[in-house]
Amino acid sequence: MTPEELRSRVAEFREKHDHTRMEPLEYLRARFDAGLAWVHFPEGAGGLGLPRESQREVEKAFAGTPSNRPEGNAIGLGMAAPTILAVGTPEQRERWLRPLWTGEEIWCQLFSEPGAGSDLAGLATRAVRDGDGWVVNGQKVWTSLAHRARWALLVARTDPSVPKHRGLTYFVCDMTAPGVEVRPLRQITGEAEFNEVFLTDVRIPDAHRLGAVGDGWKVANTTLMSERVAIGGQAVPREAGVLGLVSQAWRERPELRDPALYDRLLRLWVEAEVVRLTGQRLRQQLAQGEPGPEGSAMKLSFAELNQRLTGFELELLGDESLLYDDWTMRRPETVDFAGRSPGYRYLRAKGNSIEGGTSEILRNIIAERVLGLPGEHRVDKDTPWKDLPR
Amino acid sequence: MSELLYGEVEEELRAGLRGVLADRAGWQHVLAWTERDETHDAGLWRVLGRELGCAGLPVPEELGGSGAGWRETAVVAEELGRAVAPVPFLGGAVLGVAALLASDDRDLLASVAAGEAVATLAVPYGSPERPARDGKVTGVADALAADVLLLPQEDGLYAYDAPDVTRTPLTTLDRTRPLADLDFGGARGRRIGGTQAVGRALTVGAAILASEQLGVAEQCLETTVAYVRTRYQFARPIGSYQAVKHRLADLWVAVAQARAVARHAADCVASGGPDTPVAVAIAQSHCSEVVVHAAEQCVQLHGGIGFTWEHPAHLYLKRAKSLSAAFGGAHRHRAALGGLVDLAP
Repeated sequence: MTPEELRSRVAEFREKHDHTRMEPLEYLRARFDAGLAWVHFPEGAGGLGLPRESQREVEKAFAGTPSNRPEGNAIGLGMAAPTILAVGTPEQRERWLRPLWTGEEIWCQLFSEPGAGSDLAGLATRAVRDGDGWVVNGQKVWTSLAHRARWALLVARTDPSVPKHRGLTYFVCDMTAPGVEVRPLRQITGEAEFNEVFLTDVRIPDAHRLGAVGDGWKVANTTLMSERVAIGGQAVPREAGVLGLVSQAWRERPELRDPALYDRLLRLWVEAEVVRLTGQRLRQQLAQGEPGPEGSAMKLSFAELNQRLTGFELELLGDESLLYDDWTMRRPETVDFAGRSPGYRYLRAKGNSIEGGTSEILRNIIAERVLGLPGEHRVDKDTPWKDLPR
Repeated sequence: MSELLYGEVEEELRAGLRGVLADRAGWQHVLAWTERDETHDAGLWRVLGRELGCAGLPVPEELGGSGAGWRETAVVAEELGRAVAPVPFLGGAVLGVAALLASDDRDLLASVAAGEAVATLAVPYGSPERPARDGKVTGVADALAADVLLLPQEDGLYAYDAPDVTRTPLTTLDRTRPLADLDFGGARGRRIGGTQAVGRALTVGAAILASEQLGVAEQCLETTVAYVRTRYQFARPIGSYQAVKHRLADLWVAVAQARAVARHAADCVASGGPDTPVAVAIAQSHCSEVVVHAAEQCVQLHGGIGFTWEHPAHLYLKRAKSLSAAFGGAHRHRAALGGLVDLAP
């Protein structure tokens, strides 16, 4: 389909469907059925099988029409949808993709556990076969959106007698099913972006299994891969983010200036620009179809930069740094760095080097996959999971 | 937006150069050269400057050069940095050429571009903006290899025949880049350009220096990675220990960043974009610290062997530390940056 054909298809849809006279949900469903939801998805699944870049044009053309609020369903759109598309059956695609895209059904991810963080494949939540379904018991953690989600991507252990990577299976868990209990997990900032999820004798029909029994690790990697593509990043202007706030404070409030802080401010300014240009170079590589290994470095550098910047901001502010804006327990939908106080920024940035892969794990990935250094000495690779120390 | 990747021509240039340097400037060769009393590796410079056209890459063909640009020059600087090659490239093909391109002496430019003569800028390698006093300039890079010395004076740039100037060689930390004190007393020069030629040469020099720093840092990283994969202690390659691999992962990140900012600076001086002063200050602030960090890690992670004369690590360390003091050092570039981006002390 040429760009012109796509444009006329959008125009035709907009002519036939007047969003001012339709329920927003009806409008979004019609858009999905017309293949204009995510045009890089196949026909019949909300798309037209076009290249990913075409989506930007489509979004522009639909500006001002009802939104599916992608910011409220990041895991659904970024991880669940690509996974369902990759390994789901036709029935599963049919059941889940449309309400996922329209935002009727929010998704969350039940991966991490108290005992399985960096070592995700060591997870202990058990799924036991029972007739035409499974019975699940265990505890998950760091689950954003669990309190709003209708569905969850779940990885559970179905065979403890084989080495850890081989005994996992991937399911879709109904968050409204009996035995699913969601509790907010309050974090050091005072708010609760995440939840703990307790699963007690939760029944999952076998029709809600994604991929083969024992293939859970492989499927989970599809999901995580999609997460990394989604993180890919946008071009940002100079002095974006916390650096902008700090530079502005320095310029507008001369009374804060101090010779000892000056060189550090300039160092941070340089570091921010270095990270920004490195991201720009990475995007140029990606555009040429050479996926540069710089990608794994970006998250690592961003986390360190953000932590240094937010720490510096408190030092710069002196007495004001002793205050905090609000300790009320809230359930924010997104992280609001700019809208909250410097103390919040400092605390929230501490999560940057932990969430989505710790900086230590990222360093292992760079060392082993980019530099080709030997892997860690492993004791768990060939041992049945049930025999591993924990 | 600047182009931060390497073009096809740049990659070809790199490949050709790397082959020549592997043949003629292996580290044993460079180490042996430092123990001889020579001003530069004349045989190597003949090949690079004349045969490969590296003496005048940014000089247009009609003026006798290669008709390439500063981006390509930066690639050569990377490769020469990797080899710590003792050739007057920085002084002659970067500072000298940049100054001459902004001056009026086309004949001198042509002979420099052809690799027949070396003309370098008579400024202190460490503090190039410090003016000459009583006709004396201290610590000038590539002055001993030069045929012509370009001296900035209050009213413009003057060319002197090198034999008319008293040149005193110095004992340097980095023996692969000889420095000399110069005394112009009594020598007669001729005015070839205005003061803007000097400013341009120093901006270009600082930008290209970042690419040389990148090259040295890359060499340190690669040498070290290769070593920790093969060095066994406690029955395991030392590169399998996180204490070692995490340091190298961080170094790899820093080098990848250095590549982005060095490319940005080279692209800016090549295109003359308005972001040039900021880009150069960023590149120098970052790269001159990364190169030292890389060389220090190289020595440390090689353990005992890295502390010996028989291993190239010390060549990289000495070049790296000297490079970090060249052109003012990171802190002075940061101070300059403060003025450029409206962050006052």
